[in-house]
Amino acid sequence: MSDKKVDDATGVETTGHSWDGISELNNPLPRWWLWTLYATIIWGIAYTIAYPAWPMISGATEGMLGYSTRGEVATQIAEHEAKNEDLVAQLVAADLETLPPSDDLHRYAVSRGGAVFRANCSQCHGSGAAGAVGYPNLLDDDWLWGGDITNIAATVAHGIRNETDDDARWSEMPAFDEILEDAEIAAVVEHVISLSSPDHDASITDQGAAIFEENCSACHGDAALGNRDIGAPNLADAIWLYGGDRSALEHSVRNARFGQMPAWGQRLSEADVRAVSVYVHALGGGE
Amino acid sequence: MSENPPLYAAQEPVFPRRVSGKFRNLKWWIMAVTLGIYYLTPWIRWDRGPSLPDQAVLIDMAHRRFYFFWIEIWSHEFYFVAGLLIMAGLGLFLFTSALGRVWCGYTCPQTVWTDLFILVERWIEGDRNARVRLYNAKWTLKKWRLRITKWIVWLLIAVATGGAWVFYFADAPTLLNQLATLSAHPVAYGTIAVLTATTFVFGGFMREQVCIYMCPWPRIQAAMMDPDTLTIGYRDWRGEPRGKQRVEGAGDCIDCMACVNVCPMGIDIRDGQQMECITCGLCIDACDDIMDKIGKPRGLIDYLALSDETAERAGKPPKAIWKHVFRPRTILYTALWSLIGVGLVYALFVRTDIELTVSPVRNPTFIVQSDGAIRNVYEVRLRNKLGEPRQFHLSLSSDEILRIDVDGTNGRLTFDVPANATQLKRVYLTARATDPAARVANTPVRIWVEDISSTERAYRDTTFNGKVSQ
Repeated sequence: MSDKKVDDATGVETTGHSWDGISELNNPLPRWWLWTLYATIIWGIAYTIAYPAWPMISGATEGMLGYSTRGEVATQIAEHEAKNEDLVAQLVAADLETLPPSDDLHRYAVSRGGAVFRANCSQCHGSGAAGAVGYPNLLDDDWLWGGDITNIAATVAHGIRNETDDDARWSEMPAFDEILEDAEIAAVVEHVISLSSPDHDASITDQGAAIFEENCSACHGDAALGNRDIGAPNLADAIWLYGGDRSALEHSVRNARFGQMPAWGQRLSEADVRAVSVYVHALGGGE
Repeated sequence: MSENPPLYAAQEPVFPRRVSGKFRNLKWWIMAVTLGIYYLTPWIRWDRGPSLPDQAVLIDMAHRRFYFFWIEIWSHEFYFVAGLLIMAGLGLFLFTSALGRVWCGYTCPQTVWTDLFILVERWIEGDRNARVRLYNAKWTLKKWRLRITKWIVWLLIAVATGGAWVFYFADAPTLLNQLATLSAHPVAYGTIAVLTATTFVFGGFMREQVCIYMCPWPRIQAAMMDPDTLTIGYRDWRGEPRGKQRVEGAGDCIDCMACVNVCPMGIDIRDGQQMECITCGLCIDACDDIMDKIGKPRGLIDYLALSDETAERAGKPPKAIWKHVFRPRTILYTALWSLIGVGLVYALFVRTDIELTVSPVRNPTFIVQSDGAIRNVYEVRLRNKLGEPRQFHLSLSSDEILRIDVDGTNGRLTFDVPANATQLKRVYLTARATDPAARVANTPVRIWVEDISSTERAYRDTTFNGKVSQ
């Protein structure tokens, strides 16, 4: 060991490597640390054999343990559903109209329904259920087809204006474009505006009222309060599904509006339909 | 192949010799107190009434509660824990800047358990010389017997250590019963297994390797030391040249290796301050003992400050210890530490037993009702931190006319909140179409909750959004 090199300044042995006069000190790593490195390498190889790891042309190696995160989620969901079996049975059997909000089953329905809503309904009605033009706001106290839980559940289960369900809600309004003259349409729009706003042209509202009585009141009612049996909206309140200004109303009168909603009873379980109905009912507008 | 020196070093076994003295005694006391606290705390009972656990210190993960004697911390009050962690950090800065690696030398669990394991080792295999002999001996029946006895005792300590940990997270007597009857949760067994393994390996075999190669803290601490920091050092101006005493001009060090033999890190303190030193003080005890025997003054190895070196070499006395300890840096750390401590205690005392949080629902910001009224929705969380059910009453104060309703209560504003529980209420504030609040962008409102029986109150401020016409 005669050519063992020692650094003068530190007294530490060097590796013998020297660059521009700077020599590399040899402070040896503990050997157990090296073994730890080997152990992690072995662990790493074993891990990729045991678990899904190597990307292939389609998919990846499956791993000997047959584990997948997707499978784990499915198991957890199944476990969760099994745990909730009792509650689901109760929910399907319960009389929702008389279920008090303080009841645990009601709380369960609201939180389950919230999840159903966010996954299935929020695309049209919005994540906060505030709706949009043409998609009803579910937070207010105005309902086209009734706001008690039974009616909400019927709407959810069968949908609106869809051919796939015989019990779907179905409203009909003629397109008055070809029935009424332009001036008559303007007058009836002015009449409808006058029902909820002081900001209207009073000179033609009488004419509009007469046209309304003749053409519209059969469905919307004499006082324009609507008819929930046939889904005719209340025209005298502050809420407008398609907008309350003159051009929006004129468009509605000329062309009619035919909103649609799928029949969720075909896609969701009975418990989910009931849960989401309880959730919507508990948003503040329920009757 | 002498051009390629070995890049990896085998672990040099360390056989610390038994030592007695003031630092050893201090360390025995600290070991007894810290281990006592660790093992026994979960078994202290504390009566909190029928609906709450009666364990004095309990981290209840499932219910998001932390119990510490009379203090109960809910998950939303986690800032107390953050505050304590900041205090622990500042405390560590303070002690490190004043006394160097005093945490490492006296209170670090790695040090305490290693000390305990060495105690067991010495008790079974004998002191340093016997252990060195045994280490070098062939694997005879006697060696096997001693080693296995030692490992079994270590393992028992390790199991007790891992076992004590899980009792902080569940009712200790119940969990012990479950553990014994093999009906405890797998996580409990898993935790015990992992902590048993780490205690056994770190305390029995890794020892100083943990401090030197695994722990980042020794490297960080160097940044907190300065020339006034008291660390353990060797007065070479007094000790050198070391060796036989009768030689003319000899230093006080007789090169007896006592300081090296007692060192749990296996270093020679006479080489000066070094990264491996955990400042446990055992070399001071060992050297003082020798100095007494040869009739020399104590303190050849001592707590020293770097700033005294020049003076001491010139034969002058060092500065008083308090002058090293009390300096702007340590005073600042103490002040910051105290400030946070006082703040936490203050926050603890002004906590109310009832609380509410108000989250305005801003999706949408407001709802138009059919009669033109404007409604805002708020999610109000009511907390009853008392051990008994209470009746809470919600109310509202605002400069404008607003109505308050709670969903599903038919106009009722008083509810029962169960003991030690939280209730979420959907609260509606409504302004009639003709009221000013319906037509201005923001109206400040204050939502109150009152405990009907104690009349204790709490409030939260929020705003009401109206519909501003274009």
